[in-house]
Amino acid sequence: MYARWGLTALLAWPVLTALIVLFIPARLAKYVALAASLIEFALSVPLWWTFEPSTGMQFIVSHRWIPAWGIQYMVGVDGISLFMVLLTTFLMPLSILGSWSYITKREGGFYALLLVLTTGMIGVFVTLDLFLFYVMWEVMLIPMYFIIGVWGGENRLYAAIKFFIYTFLGSLLMLVAIIMLYLHAGRVTGTYSFSYMHLLGQASLLGSGAWWLFGAFFLAFAVKVPMFPLHTWLPDAHVEAPTAGSVILAGILLKMGTYGFLRFALPFFPSVALDPTVQLVIVVLALIGIIYGGLVAMVQPDFKKLIAYSSVAHLGFVMLGIWALTLQSVQGALLIMINHGISTGALFFLAGMIYERRHSRLIEAYGGLARVVPLFAAILTIVSLSSIALPGTNGFVGEFLVLLGSFRTYPIATALATTGVIVAAAYLLPALQRVIFNPLTQEENKRLPDLTPRELIVLVPLLVCILWIGIYPKPFLRRMEPSARQFIELVRPGATQSQPVTPAGGQP
Amino acid sequence: MSLDLSSYRDLMLSLLPELVLTGWTLVLLLFVAWRHHTVRDLRIAGGLTIAALVSTAGVIWWLWWHSTRVAGIAGMVAADDFRWVTDWIFLGAAGLTVLISFAYLEREQLLAPEYYVLLLFGTLGMMVMTAGADLMVIFLGLELMSVAVYVLAGFDRRRARSAEAALKYFLLGAFASGFLLYGIALIYGATGTTNVGLIGAQAGMMGSPSVMLLVGLALLIVGFGFKIAAVPFHMWAPDVYDGAPTPVTAFMATGVKAAAFAALFRIMIQGFAATPAWHDMLWWLAVITMVGGNLFALAQRSLKRMLAYSSVAHAGYLLVAVTTGTPAGTSAFLVYVVAYTLMSVGAFAVLAAKGRNGESDVTIDDLGGLAARRPWLAFALAVCMLSLLGFPGTAGFIGKWYILIAATSAGQTVLATILVLTSVVSAGYYLPVIMAMYMKPEPIEAAHVDVVLDRWGRAAVVAAVAGLLLFGVWPNRLLDLARSAGESVRPTVTAPTSRQ
Repeated sequence: MYARWGLTALLAWPVLTALIVLFIPARLAKYVALAASLIEFALSVPLWWTFEPSTGMQFIVSHRWIPAWGIQYMVGVDGISLFMVLLTTFLMPLSILGSWSYITKREGGFYALLLVLTTGMIGVFVTLDLFLFYVMWEVMLIPMYFIIGVWGGENRLYAAIKFFIYTFLGSLLMLVAIIMLYLHAGRVTGTYSFSYMHLLGQASLLGSGAWWLFGAFFLAFAVKVPMFPLHTWLPDAHVEAPTAGSVILAGILLKMGTYGFLRFALPFFPSVALDPTVQLVIVVLALIGIIYGGLVAMVQPDFKKLIAYSSVAHLGFVMLGIWALTLQSVQGALLIMINHGISTGALFFLAGMIYERRHSRLIEAYGGLARVVPLFAAILTIVSLSSIALPGTNGFVGEFLVLLGSFRTYPIATALATTGVIVAAAYLLPALQRVIFNPLTQEENKRLPDLTPRELIVLVPLLVCILWIGIYPKPFLRRMEPSARQFIELVRPGATQSQPVTPAGGQP
Repeated sequence: MSLDLSSYRDLMLSLLPELVLTGWTLVLLLFVAWRHHTVRDLRIAGGLTIAALVSTAGVIWWLWWHSTRVAGIAGMVAADDFRWVTDWIFLGAAGLTVLISFAYLEREQLLAPEYYVLLLFGTLGMMVMTAGADLMVIFLGLELMSVAVYVLAGFDRRRARSAEAALKYFLLGAFASGFLLYGIALIYGATGTTNVGLIGAQAGMMGSPSVMLLVGLALLIVGFGFKIAAVPFHMWAPDVYDGAPTPVTAFMATGVKAAAFAALFRIMIQGFAATPAWHDMLWWLAVITMVGGNLFALAQRSLKRMLAYSSVAHAGYLLVAVTTGTPAGTSAFLVYVVAYTLMSVGAFAVLAAKGRNGESDVTIDDLGGLAARRPWLAFALAVCMLSLLGFPGTAGFIGKWYILIAATSAGQTVLATILVLTSVVSAGYYLPVIMAMYMKPEPIEAAHVDVVLDRWGRAAVVAAVAGLLLFGVWPNRLLDLARSAGESVRPTVTAPTSRQ
């Protein structure tokens, strides 16, 4: 029953409730939306236990949709998408709770859009049909566009349209690539279908065409990750978006890019992805992301912008880990994808909470908050440390695995990337110091109220996850290992045999 | 059923939809000769028009149901699924236009029921165009349609802009007809026939085409280029679309354009399958139309003008479908035109509700805050804009997707790539409309108080939006219909050399 309907329910429930939220009185909207998202989370939790790591893709449901083009409704989950789905359903109730007092106008619309966005995001992660994938990929653009554009900050219109057009450009080229791949596979096999399994492995006969197709996929995903130099939409969108928008943008939307690489770009075009020039370009871009992102974050006066640039750096680690193609690095990359969602999500929540009190995002507007709002200061410290990747927090496990695994493939690049960890300390710790330590000089800051119980409810689950993954990541690693192995085998057959298993992962 | 065009009975049968519509038009003409003063007369005339369109559609359905085909190839008229489906599209476009005309004519004090007569004559011309299997018949239909639409463009005769639009359209349209006729004459000179099928046979026997045939073909394409408003023959379009009464603009952007494209498809595929030169000509025309239309539209402030240029851009997308020259391209054209008709009429209907005095002064920013005042209207316009943009979940996406598949499978990858890149540009002018409605404040206090749609206008908008969403999610029926219609237009003679 659950295996058959679970994923479909996860996709359908938010849209249905979004319609309800839209038509009930605005003051009830947030309660209904919160309840809906909690039910959605409850619906997704059984995935964690019923998921069987060794079987690969599971919970597959397939149904004809547009037979004329070989399009079907096909969804499924493996060790990669499982965590992305859970991360989405986990962050959504928190985002709704985090917007509780922040969103005051047109509440019905806001929460309805958040729910529609949930469907779009889960859809991207579970779909196994490239047409459906493209539809979901685009559909989630509209709610985000509205969330930034209607409920954002002063410069929201610019940020919204920039976000839209960057993503739209990349994804439309991917659309042509998907169609070409489909036609090619159709000519070779005689079956025209957009099914993921059908298209997998068909690109090997494309010859030089594969380069163009890979380029189109690469562009679509690299914009989303975002990779340097396509990252410029990110700071604008992050800064202007309301708290929930920033959290979802950083926590989940960016992961769609790296997920796209893991699921589509590399497995479809292994020969292009393994080409030395392509490897060099991508590793260099990832490195630039890590170091440049960190350095730019260092000089940001705006706290949200600082977090935004730190995202560029974190996602650089993910890209390095994916391209290194060792079991450890890929698992590390997957872990960073989860960790970044949790830690950066928490940072954006904290930034939003203090913004609601003080109406400033500038770091220099604060100082000495540890005395005024001790609870806030303590949580901010823990979350910052996890973002810096201090041992004992989740950030450490992910980045350590990536560096360990990548060293085997790219020793020099990995050595350089290690400085990124130091840079991370160099931008977050001074900011932390200027916000919560230093003398309490500003008059407005002396009467700030500390975190309310509602805000604590938002933050505590995130803190629990930070420590859980930091101390005992085995449940995560165990579930993702076979899928990571399968991913590597798809790209570089025979590569995982000679490698030791992940220290923390254990044998399946 | 199979028709033998040499017998009168079968000839009448093959022209039955046109005859029925002509009969209705004459009845309406008689009616308005006696009754053309009051608002009530106007409404009755509109109702009669709807009845005419519906009954004609019913007749076409009957012919389609019996799979009516013409036996032999050399007839003056064609009877195939392509004709029936395009007829439905024209009738649908005309029907939606009538629905949004009721309130508009009354509000703008255009109390002349002849409007509906002209609309029916225009529709009749379109049906003759798509039915014609002979260049002369096609030309006849084109003129019948054009003359009616020239008058419709200037229907708001008290307004200078409307008169200007009519004059401009007439002068350039006459010019275009000249090109077209001269092209037909040269083609006749080269092949000795005006029958589309026989032209194909003659050209196929010729081997390499003569210069006269190529010049004739080029002139033909120029003539059609004017009618479909392809860059660089689009100069009239913005002014005419801008000046004409908004329902007429909707009719021109959808029906007239679709009819010209339908005739172009038939001529190119059936008549010039053996003359691959037209692929290159249309390739370039498609590219500059897509690039030009989208870039010009980007610079517009007035909503109506923006929609005019966007219709130029969409002509470019449709030209991509023509350029493929495959049955898939023809089917893609049909799906796209259905979507385009729905989204254009929807957008123009909202615009007509918003504006006064011809709507040419409604800027995009004037829509500010519409979502708060008129949420459903804003939602409808937003769906139309997203569909024009080709966003998934709407019929516009399915249409664009089909064109992309057709182009890519015909080896036109570059064209497909240009299509998507120019679509990104189009986000730059469709999104500001949504942005204004949802994210900007009202430009002045109570700016949208008098923005209302009457019952019929609402029906048109609801039908358009429902159609867009339905075909966007579940397009199977439409695809099946378009596929059979697309495959019914086949070259009578296959090319001696395969085209590159």
